[in-house]
Amino acid sequence: MATGGADARYAIELKGISKSFGPVQANKDIHIAVPKGTIHGIIGENGAGKSTLMSILYGFYRADSGEIFINGKLTAIPDSQSAIRAGIGMVFQHFKLVQNFTVLENVVLGAEEGALLAGSLSKARKVLADLSREYELDVDPDAVIEDLSVGHQQRVEILKALYRQADILILDEPTGVLTPDEADHLFRILKGLRDQGKTVILITHKLREIMETTDNTSVMRRGTMVGTVKTSESSPEELAELMVGRKVLLEVEKRPATPGAVVLKVEDLRVKDEHGVERLKGISFEIRAGEILGIAGVAGNGQSELLEALGGIAKATGRITLKGEDLPLSGKGADGQSRRAAGIAHVPEDRQHLGLIMDFTAWENVAFGYHNAPEYQKNALFMDNDALRADTEKKMATFDVRPPIPTLAAKNFSGGNQQKIVVAREIERNPDLLLIGQPTRGVDIGAIEFIHKQIVALRDQGKAILLVSVELDEIRSLSDRVAVMFDGQIMGFRDPETTDERDLGLLMAGIAAGSKGEAA
Amino acid sequence: MERLPKWADVVLVPLVSLTLAALIAALVILAIGQDPWEAITVMVKGSVMDSYGWGYTLYYATSFMFTGLAVTVAFHASLFNIGGEGQAQLGGLGVALACLFIPWPHWTLALLGATMAAALFGAAWAAIPAYLQARRGSHIVITTIMFNYIAAAVLIFLLVDVLRPDGQMDPATASFPEAARLPTLNQIPVFNLFFTSNVPANVTLFIALGMAVVVWALLWRTRLGYAIRAFGKSEAAAKYAGISPFTIIMVAMLISGGLAGMMAINNVMGEAERLLQNSASGAGFIGIAVALMGRNHPVGVVLAALLFGFLFQGGAELGLWTKIPIEMRTVVQGL
Repeated sequence: MATGGADARYAIELKGISKSFGPVQANKDIHIAVPKGTIHGIIGENGAGKSTLMSILYGFYRADSGEIFINGKLTAIPDSQSAIRAGIGMVFQHFKLVQNFTVLENVVLGAEEGALLAGSLSKARKVLADLSREYELDVDPDAVIEDLSVGHQQRVEILKALYRQADILILDEPTGVLTPDEADHLFRILKGLRDQGKTVILITHKLREIMETTDNTSVMRRGTMVGTVKTSESSPEELAELMVGRKVLLEVEKRPATPGAVVLKVEDLRVKDEHGVERLKGISFEIRAGEILGIAGVAGNGQSELLEALGGIAKATGRITLKGEDLPLSGKGADGQSRRAAGIAHVPEDRQHLGLIMDFTAWENVAFGYHNAPEYQKNALFMDNDALRADTEKKMATFDVRPPIPTLAAKNFSGGNQQKIVVAREIERNPDLLLIGQPTRGVDIGAIEFIHKQIVALRDQGKAILLVSVELDEIRSLSDRVAVMFDGQIMGFRDPETTDERDLGLLMAGIAAGSKGEAA
Repeated sequence: MERLPKWADVVLVPLVSLTLAALIAALVILAIGQDPWEAITVMVKGSVMDSYGWGYTLYYATSFMFTGLAVTVAFHASLFNIGGEGQAQLGGLGVALACLFIPWPHWTLALLGATMAAALFGAAWAAIPAYLQARRGSHIVITTIMFNYIAAAVLIFLLVDVLRPDGQMDPATASFPEAARLPTLNQIPVFNLFFTSNVPANVTLFIALGMAVVVWALLWRTRLGYAIRAFGKSEAAAKYAGISPFTIIMVAMLISGGLAGMMAINNVMGEAERLLQNSASGAGFIGIAVALMGRNHPVGVVLAALLFGFLFQGGAELGLWTKIPIEMRTVVQGL
């Protein structure tokens, strides 16, 4: 399909698209054809060039070479206005909505007709009503955006695109912020759109979504298109292999846990944010040695505050006991240094803003949080930078960080390798308790496999692990016990072996199905 | 965007901006009807062609090194210390008190004592804005600027009503005793081979160069420097690592204020030998430009301080020997 004339059967046809950023070639001679009225998945690891390709299609970047055909017609897309005119709508990972405008106002914004708003607003109201009926996109047009759930906000983004008469809808990692239920609803909407003849492009790194939703899937790897397959004739294993370029273990291999003594005991833990709003509303749980407790939940339901309270970043009230000893919750002894000294290591959720200093070199980052450690000191006055660099080299070798250059700045590593640096730093401290948030967010499949193995290995050494993740698959495959958080509280504890996605999804949405409370 | 290689970033960018600045300055001089070539000749001649010129260039550069280093240390903690001017004036007060009221047996001891007093007073003047920032979140830029004005007012009051000797007309302290006078470069062996006539540049130059080394070691070789730089890059991350924002803000500002205060040993003790009103004469502000041009690295700061010393001295020569007004030098520095 490399050459040949334009074909009107295809909503989008890209031929020979290349794009370089300096020495980095983000897209190399990409060919892709998306048939009209299908859902087309684009899958690939981080940095494979998916987003660049879609940015070219939406007019954010200009390709260095190559041609774009929309509905069989050669089309130049120098800016996003042209993309919209060509019938392309884009739903970004981070929504571009005005928070204090209503749904209606947001939909009309940028597509107003005439100087007076009243006319376009009443027209939009009618169109929205039609669209909502047609595609199960029920959103109250007069609701203010900031009052809407994330799932509803996303529907507003879709409505915005449809209002601009988009025939081709591109969604970039749409489910990252959704509950399983909301994601299912989204996929129903997308299938409805397809059945009405619209074309949908779904960019994701989640194999399950690809398998459930798409008609065809294109796989990208390191800037090239490695293949397009009919999804129904493929398998997750095949797609993963195409993505990574080698066989990948999708399931985590682990033996049953052999929990020992209680390492961490949390009682009635409460955290207030800077506005005085309680974000953690009195939660209690225990973690034993050799056990992984997974915290499931939609992002923003108190998981971050829990990690911060345990890691000594946020002030808290209640009681935290580590190996039988009370930890101070505010004032002296409630900072990150003291927690590390007590035996708690913390891989934070947001490695780029908390876990690493992006401008620091890898070796400086290996000292981050441990810059007072005796083995990194030359004498009372100076740090031993040589020892640090040597230690970094060792850690890079053990954790297969690429490239293994200690003097490279953290920002120059890929997401997966950045995460490996953080994980190496924290795990190699041999902590009694490891706090680990979103261990594989933005991390390639190959590195995910590696990091998961490290977490399980630490558990098998008899350490306690608190795992927070919004990836339900990750929680279910790694955890020995699952707690579901909603609105600052624990809705219930489940055994990952016996529970199912629906059950967890209900808890995540705040509907306490079964028993509530401690089930340790 | 392709990123420039590091050497180009460090060397080429300042060079290009310097050349551009020189060109624009030439145009401006042309516009006011003067000969730019003559101007540059006068500047070079008056500042680096003989030992007399060098003596002044180095003297100014010494002051700028201190204030530049002061801005640098604060900058690495992501604090913009604009209060160098006030801190340097208070440093001058410390120097004056130490020199006037303690009978020093030898200039070396006087230098030691005055340096400590200068650093202490400068640091104390930075301490209040630092505390307000660390505890109450009052923006350091605003408070340090305010403290510049307060410093000026405090000094005028002290010089007019308290420290002025009876019978003296101008607002200044009495001259320091002989034992508290610093040797100038023409009084130091080896250097006196080059500096044959009396110049204002004095031993403080070596203290300034020494402080550049100290600041470098502090920032890149010690735990404290590591913590300062980490905090400066990301406060959230610093908290994760258990680095206390309060401590870092206070310590970085105290060091910064101390360095700015130490400038006073150069001008007050080394040159004027008494405390005058407006003693810092703008060096605190030039320190900001020096730090920016020196990329907040001590080596860069030393080089930039020399450049600004040259501009300062050359500019003064311009005002003296040509019709180009002395304000022109401010224009050039601005560029």
